[in-house]
Amino acid sequence: MSDPVSALGGATFEGFASVREIGPLGMITLRAKAGTAGLEAAVHAATGCALPAQRRIVRQGDRAAGWMSPDEFLLILPYGDVAAALAGIAQALQGQHHLAVDVSDARAVFRIEGAKADQVLRKLSPVDFDRLEPGELRRSRAAQVAAAFWAEDGGFTLVCFRSVAAYVMGLLSTSAQPGSEL
Amino acid sequence: MLILECPYCGVKAEETELSPGGEAHLKRFGPGSSDDEFEAYMFARKNPKGVHCERWRHAYGCGKWFLAARCTATLEVFGTYLAQTAEPPAEIVEKIKAKRPEWKGYS
Repeated sequence: MSDPVSALGGATFEGFASVREIGPLGMITLRAKAGTAGLEAAVHAATGCALPAQRRIVRQGDRAAGWMSPDEFLLILPYGDVAAALAGIAQALQGQHHLAVDVSDARAVFRIEGAKADQVLRKLSPVDFDRLEPGELRRSRAAQVAAAFWAEDGGFTLVCFRSVAAYVMGLLSTSAQPGSEL
Repeated sequence: MLILECPYCGVKAEETELSPGGEAHLKRFGPGSSDDEFEAYMFARKNPKGVHCERWRHAYGCGKWFLAARCTATLEVFGTYLAQTAEPPAEIVEKIKAKRPEWKGYS
């Protein structure tokens, strides 16, 4: 099998905050209505996390489970473990109406780090970062494209579609230009 | 700027995160209806200056459709509610009536 390659090959930019593309990261989109029997077991089987509450992301080591919409969850895990996790989900939700898809190669993931990391995103998203709580997963936009981000380990993790990875890297780099602090 | 709170994810979403979906609470006229009824259902839309119930989609967020009652002239928002609602909830109707006594209802 060919080796997984992230969208930009780990591109980095050092400005007033540091921006780097991370990945490849395993990601599963799990769609099932809240209250579906076996949903908690499925999320636990794939990530070891509890079912996240509204707009929350729960982390357990290198795995995480995020709330994307009332019937959608984003499961993050090591790239190589996706197939096993999908099997675990299928088993836990057997007979229930659900959808679990490997979207690892459909996404690009960025880390924005540094004391002023929030300023990089403040310029790009219509989000009140002062009210963004720790562990809150916010889906919004970065300039013209959809993006989701959350605060973590003294920085932000941002997820977008792989097809717009270069655009988002350009946005983040421009936004992090030294001297352009807010 | 218009800010609507998405009733599904609780985000106070700014206008650019949303897509407009036009008038809410349309009654469908399908097969078996008269041509006039179908034409009105298909094309005729209210365009009030004042209170209006609208459909919005949280496009850059959870992706869900919801409904909002707002004033088109002042951008005052009276409330947002789930799309699976056949008519505006009572508390929103009360709020509108308190502030706009001349309002004649959503239909």
